[in-house]
Amino acid sequence: MSPRAAWRLERLGFTQVYDFVPGKMAWLAMGWPREGTAAAVPNAGEVARRGTPTCALDDRIGDVRETLLAVGRHVCIVVNAAGIVEGRLRGRALEETPEATAEEAMELGPTTIRPNERLEPLVERMRKRGVRTIIVSDLKGQLVGILYREDAERALEAARG
Amino acid sequence: MVELGEMATRNWGKGRGRREDAMPKEIEIDEIRPLLDAGAQLVEVLPEPEYEEEHLPGAINIPLKQMTREAVAGLEKDRAVIVYCWDYL
Repeated sequence: MSPRAAWRLERLGFTQVYDFVPGKMAWLAMGWPREGTAAAVPNAGEVARRGTPTCALDDRIGDVRETLLAVGRHVCIVVNAAGIVEGRLRGRALEETPEATAEEAMELGPTTIRPNERLEPLVERMRKRGVRTIIVSDLKGQLVGILYREDAERALEAARG
Repeated sequence: MVELGEMATRNWGKGRGRREDAMPKEIEIDEIRPLLDAGAQLVEVLPEPEYEEEHLPGAINIPLKQMTREAVAGLEKDRAVIVYCWDYL
């Protein structure tokens, strides 16, 4: 639809017309701001906790463990040089020998959701599967944060008034 | 920041700028925010209910089926304008 609109504007005399082909879906999947009635209810990206510890693929588990201990966290997301989510370190993975790399110990390709995921069906799915947290990554696969089910439930309650 | 003039030149081809050479340029996810920061106008061409539900900040709604000369009169013709719908389809 947008290519036809772009050509229509060109026909109407506009001199610099751009067609944002990826569209609204891509914008929202980046977790960028939005307006409209739907914005009254937060989405996954808006509720996700930021500041999740991250480490590189070549980082040593011993160092990762120390860092997590220092900041009082139990999960670390492994990202590559482009900031793309590659894996997750938690539980047993963090008990590997200190010399092991994050890449060797991590859970490969953990499930992620997009920031524009609607909370209600998401919370329902998380409840059914007994999932407490889920990684939120943007359209490109870059980390946005971690969504806690309890935060999502609270946000839904607040939105219902 | 990408200058609008620079994007326009890329759009039309080097050394050209005549109206008959103008043509819409497709942009990707990394290109839209610099254009908006540089002052581009933003138009959602989906039907009004979809716009009302959720749209990009600052976008106005001119559904494709209503894109008449009168409907676009509020837009500046010599300033960059970005159109979008839902996705690639």
